[in-house]
Amino acid sequence: MLSVRNLTKTYRTGDEALKGVSFDVEPGQLVGLIGPSGAGKSTLIRCVNRLVEPTGGSIFLGNEELTRLSGSRLRAARRRIGMIFQEYALVERLSVMENVLSGRLGYVSFWRSFTRRFPQADVDKAFSLLERVGLTDHADKRADALSGGQRQRVGIARALEQDPELLLIDEPTASLDPKTSRQIMRLIQDICAERNLPAIINIHDVLLAQAFTRRIIGLQAGEVVFDGPPEELDDAALTRIYGEEDWTTMRTAKPGDEESGEHDEEERMAGLA
Amino acid sequence: MSGVSSRARQWTRPPVLIKSDRLRWSIYAGALIYLVLAISSVDINPARIYEGLERGWRFVQGFLVPDFTSRWSDIQQGFIESLSMTLTATVAGVLISVPIGIGAARNISPTAVYLVCRTIIALSRSLQEIIVAILFVAMFGFGPFAGFLTLSFATIGFLAKLLAEDIEDIDESQTEAIRATGASWTQLINYAVQPQVMPRLIGLSLYRLDINFRESAVIGIVGAGGIGATLNTAIDRYEYDSAGAILILIILIVMAAEYSSGYVRKWVQ
Repeated sequence: MLSVRNLTKTYRTGDEALKGVSFDVEPGQLVGLIGPSGAGKSTLIRCVNRLVEPTGGSIFLGNEELTRLSGSRLRAARRRIGMIFQEYALVERLSVMENVLSGRLGYVSFWRSFTRRFPQADVDKAFSLLERVGLTDHADKRADALSGGQRQRVGIARALEQDPELLLIDEPTASLDPKTSRQIMRLIQDICAERNLPAIINIHDVLLAQAFTRRIIGLQAGEVVFDGPPEELDDAALTRIYGEEDWTTMRTAKPGDEESGEHDEEERMAGLA
Repeated sequence: MSGVSSRARQWTRPPVLIKSDRLRWSIYAGALIYLVLAISSVDINPARIYEGLERGWRFVQGFLVPDFTSRWSDIQQGFIESLSMTLTATVAGVLISVPIGIGAARNISPTAVYLVCRTIIALSRSLQEIIVAILFVAMFGFGPFAGFLTLSFATIGFLAKLLAEDIEDIDESQTEAIRATGASWTQLINYAVQPQVMPRLIGLSLYRLDINFRESAVIGIVGAGGIGATLNTAIDRYEYDSAGAILILIILIVMAAEYSSGYVRKWVQ
């Protein structure tokens, strides 16, 4: 589905953010990308939709080589890749509906988007997505009137409005509280399962990554140092990714509040449905 | 705590800008000498000050009994000319400023376009309104058309520069998100940039409307029409009561513009 081959990125400042990264992502596969700050996670996913220009290597989405495209063909390829951001990156002064419909910008002409006359099918899709993420009543509110968790749901709806074949998710939970984080991760997991949609999720929270993804890639200084199922991510692997630390305390501290969080969350999700 | 010596330590504030004592004091002395020489060259003449104050008193007397009636048709004509000049020049100026402002924003425009737009802005800003008005009056003759051109030209430098700076300060993550959907450049401007800068653009346009009205009174004096021309005529004829009436009306209109634009700016946030 997605194939990254020997990807390198050197910034103009001389920083080598990526040093020959290679991996493949299968359809429907959720990949957690972990690593310390500055390891190149953010650069890596931005190279996929070319928000950052890679220096070398190649990226294939299906049969199309993304790294060779430019102009309108690049824009057409970007439509196939949905992106979800850390600070939600909604256009704050636009309404929730306009934010969701902005997922169709790659498909409609400038005049249609300028006059906000999107095809009926796009509007129907937007309403059903808002319903799916539990925000039907908020369609005409301004995006900055929503809470963090709600904004991230709008961000998810916007990405899905593109009818993407791949999701790139950059720190989806970094600005959210632990409970909302788990709800958002669960939502992403469910949606990817429903649509057999592959996703790459940059995530700082190792436990969250282990709980919600079936494959973890560990990045350290621009190189892949771990690639495997979450069960294999033991103390040795964590030390390879992050450096020396007493990892047992991280694991033992969690279970208690995780359980109560889980319980609340199920009630919340039931309420939403 | 036992290891700390009890002897008092000296502290004085280190010099902030200029480290060397000698250089600092010679700069101060030089500035003082220049100031004394400059003041002595201004040629302060007590007799002229006295005369000027007397004339000033006649102004004040004129303003205390403003005469709105005897020159009313001239005053009315002047204000209509000034207000229409202000409004048309602001609209034209804003319409031209928006594309130039977008072009002059480094984060969304290619370097060549950026340089051209910045040059236009620099040109417009480097020429003061009065000088531009004198040029346009010389080119197109007396009257409000020269005033309209002057104010439009001045609006471009002001608005395009501030708009470009506002665009350069936008939240890049919103632009990035819209770019990631496969949007074209025009869609990016419409969806990611415009919503972020619109309140400020409206606020600046209203502010410029109010500046243009005040400028229209000034450039009238050099022949660019409007209320400035009427005011100039009134003073030339020693009709200080009519001049007083004109000044009072200018103050009232500027205040009205000030209050209403403040209100609108809060409302569009």
